[in-house]
Amino acid sequence: MSETSNRGRIWMEALAGKKHLAGLPQSVLVSDAELNGEPARFLAVVPNPNSRFPRVREGEVGLEEGWTLAHAIRETIEADKNGTKRPIIAIVDVKSQAYGRREELAGIHLACAASVDAYATARMAGHPIVSLIVGHALSGAFLAHGYQANRILAFNSPEVLVHAMGKAAAARITKRSVAELEVLAEQVPPMAYDIRSYAKLGILHKLLDVVNPDAPSSEQVELVRKEIVDAVIDARKGPRDLSNRLTSENALIFRKASLEVRQKLTEQWAKA
Amino acid sequence: MKNSTELLEATVDYRTRESFLELHARERAKALLDADSFRELLGPFDRVTSPWLAIQDIVPEADDGCIVAKGTIDGHAAVVVAIEGKFQGGSIGEVCGMKLATALELARKDTENGTPTYAVLLLETGGVRLQEANLGLALISEIHAQIMELRQHVPVVGVVAGMVGCFGGMSLAAALCTSLIVTRQARLGMNGPEVIEQEAGIEEFNASDRALVWSVDGGEYRVKAGFADLLVPDDARAVAKAVRHELAKGVPAVHRSSKVEHYRNLLAQMDTSRQWDAAMVAEKFGKESTK
Repeated sequence: MSETSNRGRIWMEALAGKKHLAGLPQSVLVSDAELNGEPARFLAVVPNPNSRFPRVREGEVGLEEGWTLAHAIRETIEADKNGTKRPIIAIVDVKSQAYGRREELAGIHLACAASVDAYATARMAGHPIVSLIVGHALSGAFLAHGYQANRILAFNSPEVLVHAMGKAAAARITKRSVAELEVLAEQVPPMAYDIRSYAKLGILHKLLDVVNPDAPSSEQVELVRKEIVDAVIDARKGPRDLSNRLTSENALIFRKASLEVRQKLTEQWAKA
Repeated sequence: MKNSTELLEATVDYRTRESFLELHARERAKALLDADSFRELLGPFDRVTSPWLAIQDIVPEADDGCIVAKGTIDGHAAVVVAIEGKFQGGSIGEVCGMKLATALELARKDTENGTPTYAVLLLETGGVRLQEANLGLALISEIHAQIMELRQHVPVVGVVAGMVGCFGGMSLAAALCTSLIVTRQARLGMNGPEVIEQEAGIEEFNASDRALVWSVDGGEYRVKAGFADLLVPDDARAVAKAVRHELAKGVPAVHRSSKVEHYRNLLAQMDTSRQWDAAMVAEKFGKESTK
């Protein structure tokens, strides 16, 4: 049995309605909806059991997903070229990138880079980008969909996780058992799978407590919408790069090595 | 530009060539910078090592497998960042990733302050270092962001020479580069063959079929299909020459990773009812891309 998650679609529809942009692969939901009195573009990658690419049917990010995200983001950049840069909201529930022969042959690395490119281009142009992690944010899929955001929000819920690789595969590659991996994950925060450990790294903007995230009440939806609005306001006040990830309180504790590298390299660079 | 590949091949004298692949990251960086201009920053004597490996009983490396070298290329300010494929498979951990991201940031700041600084990235990496999992992934997203910033002003040239190749999130970094140079011994792909076989089955990808692996990930195919720009022989001078050739082109009007409608159209024409092979995809994708 395959495990597919509907949470991306549930939250997409709760926040931005059921009407999605037509003419795109059904695995990519794009909606324009009002957010705090202004237009915003919402994006999600969802399972499409009928996809013509067999390796993305469970919600993976593949060729069409990467290029379609890039297309939808670039459309917004173009539309706002001379006006107010509207918020772009990435709703994230992606289990992985697509593993397949067609994908590698046709350059899934470039397709995913294209959406990274589009998100970063939008951010640098002044669009506030907010990612809302409602389920899985894994590996290359998260890089392509969500990790270029100025602000990242996540549900504080046990199924929500951010990671570089699923447990079984990570254990195999690092030559450990899953049990050993779990013990290590408790001692080494960047190796942990749960979202609270991830929050320690100082990259998350905020953890959101949401009751019943698979069937949220309208009250819960409004609460989350309010958090997105606050994150948009906060993003607009800050720089257009990702430097806030290094200035957060938790980064000062858990990214000491990052900060040391940056400081020393900057000093030596000036003298070299 | 296709002719330049042959041109570069033709200049190699196999009696005097110096293998680039056999060089360590530090020597590779040296080979690309102008003679005597190499200045390593945050080198092994600074001992900024990974704080996460020792607690997992893995011996850290004094440079964390990443060489940052400032210098000049044809007299032009440049930084070369070389990932050492021999340390932990060139994987990106916190220190190594931050060295790369910061080097790009500093090159951009110098560029914005009137000293345009080229960046050359030597990418021999399997992607995220799983022992530093989430920090590795975060750093890769930050490296992506820094490449995007810098390449607006000056070219960022990537080199995948081999033998590790360039995979995972760092294959996206390679794709974001202004230009990409590969050898026949290079491999470039998002997912390595073993991972695909494990996740999708042996019918999808037989990782022990070397001919298949090289036909999909190999440098020669990547150039044919338009995912890399120059195929160079395994010769340090040829690589150095190719880097200068690509840097001299400057910043293009549209980067490869921004040619969205071009690639969407190509993909729309592809028939997914049967499996694909390299010759067929190269035929469709390899034509000179316009916007």
